[in-house]
Amino acid sequence: MTNNTQKLRQERIDRGIKVRSDSLYALMSWRELAYLIMPRALLIIGLLLLPVVLPGLYWPRVITITCIYALLALSFDFLAHYVGLVCLGGAFFVGIGGYIAAILNTSFGLSPLVTVPLATLIGACVCTLLLFPCLPLRGVYFAIVSLMYPLFAARVIEAFDLFGGTDGIMGIDGFSNRWAEQYFVIGVTLVFLFFIRRLVNTDIGLVFRGIKDNDQAIRASGMNITWFKTIAVFIASALGCLGGACLVHIYMWSGISQFALDFSILPIAATVIGGSATLVGPVLGCLILVPVSELLRDFGTLRIVFYSLLLLAFIAFRSEGLMVYGQRKYHQFQRWTKI
Amino acid sequence: MEILVYGTINSVTLALYALGFALVYGTSRLPNFAHGALYVLSGFIAWSGLNTLGLNYLVSIILALFITGVIGALIYQFFLIRIRGMEISEIIASYAIALAILEGLRWGGFKGMTYTLPSFIEGSTTIAGVLVDYHRLVVVGAGAVLVAFLWLFTHYTRIGLALRGMAQDERAALMLGVDSDMMAVVAMGLGSMLAAFAAILLLPLGNIVVESGYNVLIMAIAVCIVGGIGSWGGAVLAAFLIGFAQILTVVYLGSHFQMMVALLAIILTLILKPSGLFGQQKELEERV
Amino acid sequence: MTDKPILQVQEVTKTFGGIIALNRVSFEVGQGEILGIIGPNGSGKTTVVNCITGFIRASSGNVFFRGKNITGKPPHKIADMGVTRTFQIMRPYYSLPAYKNLVIPLFSPRARRTGGWRGGGKMGDRNTVSIDILEEIGFERDSYVPYKTTATLPTGYLKRLELARCLALKPEIIICDEVFSGLSMSEIASMVPLIERLQMDGITLIMIEHRLRELFRVANRVMVLNFGEKLVEGSAEEVMADPRVREAYFGSEEVQEVMDHA
Repeated sequence: MTNNTQKLRQERIDRGIKVRSDSLYALMSWRELAYLIMPRALLIIGLLLLPVVLPGLYWPRVITITCIYALLALSFDFLAHYVGLVCLGGAFFVGIGGYIAAILNTSFGLSPLVTVPLATLIGACVCTLLLFPCLPLRGVYFAIVSLMYPLFAARVIEAFDLFGGTDGIMGIDGFSNRWAEQYFVIGVTLVFLFFIRRLVNTDIGLVFRGIKDNDQAIRASGMNITWFKTIAVFIASALGCLGGACLVHIYMWSGISQFALDFSILPIAATVIGGSATLVGPVLGCLILVPVSELLRDFGTLRIVFYSLLLLAFIAFRSEGLMVYGQRKYHQFQRWTKI
Repeated sequence: MEILVYGTINSVTLALYALGFALVYGTSRLPNFAHGALYVLSGFIAWSGLNTLGLNYLVSIILALFITGVIGALIYQFFLIRIRGMEISEIIASYAIALAILEGLRWGGFKGMTYTLPSFIEGSTTIAGVLVDYHRLVVVGAGAVLVAFLWLFTHYTRIGLALRGMAQDERAALMLGVDSDMMAVVAMGLGSMLAAFAAILLLPLGNIVVESGYNVLIMAIAVCIVGGIGSWGGAVLAAFLIGFAQILTVVYLGSHFQMMVALLAIILTLILKPSGLFGQQKELEERV
Repeated sequence: MTDKPILQVQEVTKTFGGIIALNRVSFEVGQGEILGIIGPNGSGKTTVVNCITGFIRASSGNVFFRGKNITGKPPHKIADMGVTRTFQIMRPYYSLPAYKNLVIPLFSPRARRTGGWRGGGKMGDRNTVSIDILEEIGFERDSYVPYKTTATLPTGYLKRLELARCLALKPEIIICDEVFSGLSMSEIASMVPLIERLQMDGITLIMIEHRLRELFRVANRVMVLNFGEKLVEGSAEEVMADPRVREAYFGSEEVQEVMDHA
C-alpha cells in the first residue's frame, strides 16, 4: 500500500518536472510545435539557402567569412557568459588554428579535409596549454592577459622570423570548390551552435555556469574549477581554431594578420549586439555586422570606428541585445495572434 | 652608464604613461582602455592647435590638456557611468571607445611622418659621457614634479582626499558625503589630463602615430599590474623595473624584444602574484 | 563519540599583513559531535573555517582529518575527502531553480562516487536525487518550492539549500558558517531538529554562530574565540560561567559603566 502511494507520488513529481521543461509543451499541438520550431528552422534554412540565392562570387564569400566570425562569436559568448572567462584575444585561437592548418598543408601535404579537423584538435590543445597558467585568474585579469596573447604571438613570430615571418605562409590549398567551402563552413557553424546550446543545459554545462556565478561554492563542492575551466577553454579554443583553419584555406594564405584585432573585436561586438548569453544572438549579430562591415570596406578603418561605436551604443544603452529583444517580441506576437 | 641614463628616461616615460591609468583604476575601479587613445588624441589636438589654427605652442598645449580632460569626463558621464561596476562591459566599452578614436584618427588621415610637435628646448648635453638632449631632461624633471604634485594633491586637497577615500572604500566614502559619481567623473577627467600631459611631454621626441595608442595602453597596463593596482608608489617602482628591463633587453638582445618584456612582465606577474608587487587587494578577490 | 578525533586543528596561525587573525588555535572534534564556535565579531571564526577547508592557507600549524594532514591542500581536495562547509554570505545560483542548484554539486567526483546523501554508491538521475535531498532537508516535494527560481526563495530556504549543497557530497563533516543568522525564531525552530537529525546520521558538525541560545541547544561542546585566540572550551554551562567569556562579549560596556561612575 505504502509502496503504491509512493509510486503514485513519484509519478506526480515527475510530471511536475516534465511540465516545467519546454520540450513537452511542444507535443501538445502542431501549432505549438511550429511555434517552437519556426525560428530555428528559419535560421537553418536561411543559412543553407544563402549561398544558392546570392549571385556572383563576392557575396557568397562574405557568407563564409560571416560563418567563421560566427564561430568566433560563439566561442566568445560561451566562454564569457557561461563560464565567466572573458577572452579578449579571440584572434589568438584564429592565429594558432590557422598556422597549424597552414603548416600541415604546406609541409605535410595534407588535404584541407584532414588539416581542418587536425588543426582544430591540435590548436585547441596548444591554446589550452598556453592559457592554462592564466586560468586561476578571473574577471578583468583574465581579460587583460588574454588580450596580450595574440599581440605576444604576433611579436614572437615577427622577432624570430618563424613560419615565414612577416610574409606568412603562402601556397595553401583551397577547398575543392566553392560549394564545398561554403557548405562545410555553414554546416560546421550550425552544428556547433546547436552543440553548445545543448552543452550549456547539460549537467556539466550547469557546472560551467556555476563557475561563472559562484566559483567558491563549486570549490566547496569538491570540484576542481581549473579542470572545468580547462575543458571550457578547450571547447572555446577548438571553435576559434576551427575558424582559423577554415580561414587560411579560404584565403590560401596564413600570416600575422590572423592575430589582428579584427578577429578579437568583431565577435565581441557581434555578441553584444546580438545578445549576450543567448548563443544564437552572436550568430545573428555576425550575420548583421559582417556584411555591413564588408559594405564599408571602401571606407578603410572607418568601419572599425563604425562597429566600435555600434558596440558602445549597444553596451551602454541596450545591453540586452537584439536576440533577447526579438525573443520577447516573438513571444508577445504569438500570444497576440492566439487572442 | 648609457643604460643608467636611458633606463631612467625610459622609466620616467613609462611612469608618465601609467599614472593616468592608475589614477582612474585606483579610484573608480574602471580599467580605462581608452587611455592610450586619449594620449594620441591630445597629441593631435596640440598639433592642430599649433598648425591648423596657428596658435601659440603654449596655448595649444593648454588647450590640448583641457580638451582631453573634458573629453575623458564626458566619455565617463555619457557612456561608462551606465555600466559602472560591470567590469567586463567596462573593458569592452572603453576598448570600443579607444578603437573608435584611434581608427577614426587613422581614417581622418593622421598618419605618416608629418605630424610632429616641436621640442621645448633644442640642443643636447652630455651627462657622464652620454649624449642626452635637453628635452629628455625636461621629461624626467616634469615626471618627478608630476609625481610630487600628485602626492600633494591627493594628500592635501579636498578632491584629492575624496578620491583616495573612494579608492579605499567607495561605500564608506559615499556615507561620508563624497559624491562618488561626481568623483569618478573628476578622476576620469584628471586621468585623461594626465594622459594628455604625458603626450605633450613625450610626443616631441618622435612622430605622432596612431599605433602608439595601443603601445601606451599596453605599457600603462603592464606598469599598473606589475606595480599592483591601487598603489601609486608601486606603479612608479614598476615603471623603473620594466623601464630598465626594457633598456637592458634592447642593449643585449635587440629592439624586437622590447615589447615582449612588458607582455612577459604582465603575464608573469598575474600568474605569480596577481595583486602586483605592492598591491593591497585581498588574495581571494582576484584569484581563486 | 569515539576516542579518536575526526578533525584535529593544531596551533593554526594566520596573519594578514601585520594583523594576527588567528593565534595558535588548537582544537579537536570527535566523530559525530557538534562543536559550536562562538566569539565576538572579528574574532577569527570564519578564518578558522577558511583555514580548515583550504580557502585560506594557514601561516603555520596543521589540520588533520582522520589522522591525515590536510594542511595546504586545495579546497576541492578537502571537500572531496568529505569536509564540507557552508558560506556565511550565501550566493546560490539565482537564475536556476532550486533543484538545479543541487545538480551542480551532484556532478562532483565525490557525489558521483557516493551517490549523494543516503546514496548507495551509484548516482541515478541527478534531478531526482537532488529533489530527494531537498525533500529531506525541508523543501516540500509536492509543492512548487523545489522548482522555484532560487532568487525568489526566502532566506530560510536558501540556508537549507546551502546545507543541501553540502549533503549532496555525502559529507563526513559539515562546517556551518552562521546558518541561523538572519532567520526568524520559527525558522530556527524548524532548523534545530534538522541539525539534530544530521548528527544522528553520523555527520560531524562544526557550527559557527551568533545565536547563542539556539546553538547551546544543539552543541555538545562550545569553543570561544576572541581576537584570534582560543579563550575557553567546554560545555555550554562551563563556557557561559567563565568570566573571560563575559568580558569578551560585554567587557567594554562594563568598563564603560565603571568609567561613568567614577
